[in-house]
Amino acid sequence: MSEPLLRIERLALSLPQGADRLYAVDNVSYTLNPGEILCVVGESGSGKSMTANAVMGLLPQGVDVAQGRALFHGQDVLTLSEIEHRELRGRRIGMIFQEPMTALNPLMRVGEQIAEVFEAHGLLTPKARRERALELLEEVRLPDPQSALRAYPFELSGGQRQRVMIAMALALEPELLIADEPTTALDVTTQAQILHLVKDLQTRRGMAVMFITHDFGVVAEIADRVCVMRMGKIVEMGQAREVLEQPQHDYTRALIEAIPGDAVPPARAAGDIKPLLSVTQLDKVYRSSGGWFQPKREVVALDGIEFALGRGETLGIVGESGSGKSTLGRCIVGLNTPDRGEIRLNDVDLRALTGNELREHRQRIQMVFQDPYASLNPRIKVGMAIAQGPIANGVPKAKAMAQARELLDTVGLDASAAERFPHEFSGGQRQRIGIARALALDPQLIVADEAVSALDVSIQAQVLALLDRLKREFELSLLFITHDLRVAAQICDRLIVMQKGRIVEHGNARQIFLSPQHAYTRELLEAIPGRQNHDEAAPATAEAV
Amino acid sequence: MNFFKRFAQNRGALIGLIILALVVLLALLAPFLYPDSPWRMVQRPFLAPGEVAGFPLGTDTMGRDVAAGLAHGAWVSLLIGLISTVVALSIGVPLGALAGYFGGKIDDALMRFTEFFQTIPNFALAIVLVAIMEPSTVSIVLAIAIVSWPPVARLVRGEFLSIKHREYVEAARLVGQTHRDIIIKQILPNTLSPVIVLASLMVATAILLESSLSFLGLGDPDTMSWGYMIGAARTVMRQAWWLSVIPGVAILLTVLALNLVGEGLDDALNPQLARAR
Repeated sequence: MSEPLLRIERLALSLPQGADRLYAVDNVSYTLNPGEILCVVGESGSGKSMTANAVMGLLPQGVDVAQGRALFHGQDVLTLSEIEHRELRGRRIGMIFQEPMTALNPLMRVGEQIAEVFEAHGLLTPKARRERALELLEEVRLPDPQSALRAYPFELSGGQRQRVMIAMALALEPELLIADEPTTALDVTTQAQILHLVKDLQTRRGMAVMFITHDFGVVAEIADRVCVMRMGKIVEMGQAREVLEQPQHDYTRALIEAIPGDAVPPARAAGDIKPLLSVTQLDKVYRSSGGWFQPKREVVALDGIEFALGRGETLGIVGESGSGKSTLGRCIVGLNTPDRGEIRLNDVDLRALTGNELREHRQRIQMVFQDPYASLNPRIKVGMAIAQGPIANGVPKAKAMAQARELLDTVGLDASAAERFPHEFSGGQRQRIGIARALALDPQLIVADEAVSALDVSIQAQVLALLDRLKREFELSLLFITHDLRVAAQICDRLIVMQKGRIVEHGNARQIFLSPQHAYTRELLEAIPGRQNHDEAAPATAEAV
Repeated sequence: MNFFKRFAQNRGALIGLIILALVVLLALLAPFLYPDSPWRMVQRPFLAPGEVAGFPLGTDTMGRDVAAGLAHGAWVSLLIGLISTVVALSIGVPLGALAGYFGGKIDDALMRFTEFFQTIPNFALAIVLVAIMEPSTVSIVLAIAIVSWPPVARLVRGEFLSIKHREYVEAARLVGQTHRDIIIKQILPNTLSPVIVLASLMVATAILLESSLSFLGLGDPDTMSWGYMIGAARTVMRQAWWLSVIPGVAILLTVLALNLVGEGLDDALNPQLARAR
């Protein structure tokens, strides 16, 4: 192998005082060769993005280089001045970020934003810039690049925006592309297309790519080499295939096991189906009243939804963003009102009830929310957050607080947590608190809306195990809403696949994984990163964004 | 502790706090330093500051002690500023909370009502109100409160609009908490920081409003206030400039101090914003 493009030597980045550890990145060394894809894998807080930020000269305030060098073409980029760094960024090192919406200027047309890259480096004439922008959009395979040039970012979908970001990063033909979790915010099918695009561009241009991700599925998909990081240290490094097949370190093994790429749900004993919840002909249309010059907009979120959920059963609702799966969950718990249809719990139509009767029935359905940071009131102590439900329903305060402590113990937290505020807990712990809060009213059904999506994989597995245990302990039914088929595979007995407000497939989880009937389900399954039968499927879907 | 540290990082806020403390001290000590009425004539008129021992700030057109007026005026200014702000908050916060939380028709009705007050120029309305009710401390406080609550209602409504869709509020609805509990226990505590900042600035505006009213002769005839002192001295501006300047500087310093404190509170209560600056 020739001279490496990027060589990180014993790099250490110090964190500001009072952080949970001394170094964000501790004594890290690795190399990146031309034409190679290196995946840097780790969970949140592992310091996986920090090295890339240091190379780009984008370290956050308070984080400093304590020791080490980062040689790009033999030149140490850590000692460059701001102006020299700017010359390097964009022209020789391109970068793609996680959130394509916030990385693009919402008030600028896509074409102008790409042209701005050339302008910033004083290259080309305005006319040539526009032409290059068009070529780039063609290269990243945006449908109808001519009109995309004149589009504003909000007119594009998430996947299309990420393509624009990639086009901008590629504009000056960098030798190194740093991609920081570029597919995390995208749906699975879109993710598969973007991964395919990155791989394709890399081969065509012979770039080196540093791909930062938390997802071993993605690694299996595109990586040549892998570098696994934990708590700022490299725990394992090697060829992708070797690491995936024979992980040496326990932590790597745990990460890989937490993501069963080819997961097929285990056959589960079909329980006696005494229906708890049944939903018939549920419709919901979101209408935004147009102004004087705008037509009214109607979005069909739910269209004739019908299903039943048995006692003690876990039903997964799977779909991409915009499929109406969250609306369905919110209609069932009563946060949204459907336009039509029946929701029957224990054979009582909830929509016909009012007042106290309704409140009594509503309590039997509780919800676990997606974002563990937004779902707890920052100014209310954890114990009170759990106890407030029973208190609102007339349980004396002392008794409710005692019960809250027991529940904290049940979900695997210390009972003393009751006296602390939410910000003292990690994401996974907060999600446990959210589960305890949902249990406090002794519900029969828990709706979990993307309850583990915001968590790291290893934490995800723990929370899923907890939900599964509690489900059996408290004889609960679970309605598990997720965009992630891998997660659904781990916990669900039956699955509903939703697309554009309709149920397109419905059945036993194992059956759906083994022999999907609907084309959309097949597409979803094939898009799961890390599945072996992926290769022939991807090109077919690449034009669909 | 942490809160005060963040507050103290803003040097200006610390200076503001010191000035404010001195003004409060002056107001509290006024009855002891000058036990006599500030209205009493004690020397011959138009004494310049320092001309006669015992009258460090001189006397006014009627021979009244300016220092005594300043001390007693501090009490009046602060009291009116504080009370009128409290009254304004007690109108604005509930209205804004109800409008933001319930939305729809209630929101429309309450906001049109708020706009009705916003369309009339503040000061003109205050003058009319005081003139109708006859000048007294109570009528001045009410007038100031009535013209200054609309921004509070707007601010609280905006905060409620954004917070009512947070997941923890939805969770509270699901466990069956009443609307009253959700408003008071879940949402209101999370809207307080911007309201506190606004309130500190409202005290400053109220002091200015009160001074302006007194300047026009619409102050409480029984209380000595800074605005009245300036108003009474404006005809003799050229012979005795200090009679207008001394209470003017007092108003300037107090309002400045309150604004600085408000900014410091803003930094301390919104640490993310402060760090980005």
